[in-house]
Amino acid sequence: MASMTREETQDLIQEVLEVYPDKAKKDRAKHLAVNDQSIEQSKKCIISNRKSLPGVMTVRGCAYAGSKGVVWGPIKDMIHISHGPVGCGQYSRAGRRNYYVGHTGVNTFGTMNFTSDFQEKDIVFGGDKKLDKLISEIEELFPLAKGISVQSECPIGLIGDDIEAVSKKKSKELEKPIVPVRCEGFRGVSQSLGHHIANDAIRDWVIGNRDGDNSFETGKYDVAVIGDYNIGGDAWASRILLEEMGLRVVAQWSGDGTLSEMELTPKVKLNLIHCYRSMNYISRFMEEKYGVPWMEYNFFGPTKIAESLRKIAAFFDETIQANAEKVIEKYTAEYEAIIAKYRPRLEGKKVMLYVGGLRPRHVIGAYEDLGMEVVGTGYEFAHNDDYDRTIKEMGDSTLLYDDVTGYEFEEFVKKVKPDLIGSGIKEKYIFQKMGVPFRQMHSWDYSGPYHGYDGFAIFARDMDMTINNPCWKSMQAPWQKPAEGEAEAVAASA
Amino acid sequence: MPNVMIRRKDDGGLLFYVAKKDMEETIATVETDTDEAWGGEVELTDGSRWYIDPISPPPQFPTTLRFKRAGE
Repeated sequence: MASMTREETQDLIQEVLEVYPDKAKKDRAKHLAVNDQSIEQSKKCIISNRKSLPGVMTVRGCAYAGSKGVVWGPIKDMIHISHGPVGCGQYSRAGRRNYYVGHTGVNTFGTMNFTSDFQEKDIVFGGDKKLDKLISEIEELFPLAKGISVQSECPIGLIGDDIEAVSKKKSKELEKPIVPVRCEGFRGVSQSLGHHIANDAIRDWVIGNRDGDNSFETGKYDVAVIGDYNIGGDAWASRILLEEMGLRVVAQWSGDGTLSEMELTPKVKLNLIHCYRSMNYISRFMEEKYGVPWMEYNFFGPTKIAESLRKIAAFFDETIQANAEKVIEKYTAEYEAIIAKYRPRLEGKKVMLYVGGLRPRHVIGAYEDLGMEVVGTGYEFAHNDDYDRTIKEMGDSTLLYDDVTGYEFEEFVKKVKPDLIGSGIKEKYIFQKMGVPFRQMHSWDYSGPYHGYDGFAIFARDMDMTINNPCWKSMQAPWQKPAEGEAEAVAASA
Repeated sequence: MPNVMIRRKDDGGLLFYVAKKDMEETIATVETDTDEAWGGEVELTDGSRWYIDPISPPPQFPTTLRFKRAGE
């Protein structure tokens, strides 16, 4: 917000908070802040990962969404049972566009919905028998599934079913890993706890599976891509860059990933983390138990890509470092052409973001490469460590908002007047009706990939076609427009 | 008595991470940090102080240790 000073931003926050009752105002004030790059620790200016206020509109998800929808769901050769009533599974089915290769229904199951479809009697008498039967049916119908995960929905925790016992029994019977995940929706304040629970389930049931098994031939350039969910093909656009550098990508977590890739991950030399929020837990665990170091990277926009490629290469020897330079050089002409084409059309445009996970800070670089400025950013479910990392990326005296409410976001937009908003589907139509260009940044508005150099081209094109779309000039109905010369006509007829 | 994971940062400093609290702080000072033992009272950059009985020989980082709040 080059045009807004610290005081003005602070006043804006105060103004927005004015409508709340005292108690709510006190609570919400802690979640809104003006960015100050000199602050080292975010907890001094913003509070995050707290329960949303009852009565305000939040866009957070639940622990089940974090586990089934984000972490487990994309693992393509496992079957993920939505254990409980049918709705949770159906409404979270394939919405995140985690692309994968394979024959759906034969050896991959990413876009299918498996549910135990709880009825009243299952709630009353317990659903363990049904789960047992369901797993047998899956084995009969889809024998090529490499494993099964049981994703609990709320009722499982409420009625106290013992899914662990069923899983253990069936796992022995079928000789396949069956992973019970206690990700009931009511746990935690947002989907973030679901990520943690899912990570813990991977830790307990998957990671150690090949501990004594040395049949996998390791190489000195083995890496794993962690926290890339292959939305619209993101992980593929990232993977080719790493492979061109001479690294071997052993595992993709979890977009287009498989169970055996996950089991092999402790054998790699370096874990590369894209989405820190959802996968840092397992990376920390692997560092402690197997001594695999981890590194965060950012593949949005050429500046950050080059920075990340060099950072990754610095971990390896000189061959890789030389290759990294070659990769950057190879794509230079390509991305410079994109910047030359789109930058003049996008220069100086202001963007407000409100997404989850890694994007509120990771995409800033990509916008800056296009000459755009991010004037406000916020996370749905971040923790303090995410804001620690965000403060440095954002300009001084820009807006930070945690778990922003529908009302606050609308008011901020009315005052800040950004040229583009990047947020989710729930915000999309509100802002489009307000006449503000909007991109749905959860699954790239049905476009993508946005990672890597290939993704940057698509990213730039999408931003241009949204902001410079002629429809934004036609927001007013023709009969409501003050027609030219109308005033004179009235005067003449009188 | 939280479980704390301690790991080396890129710049060589020690990071004090409490998963349950999502607390990620740098360790400022350690009371005993010799070749024989590591531990005692630990002060973080945010000013909070924690205690662990000195461990001998010093542990290999990263590792998970059980700390107490100093003064309890």
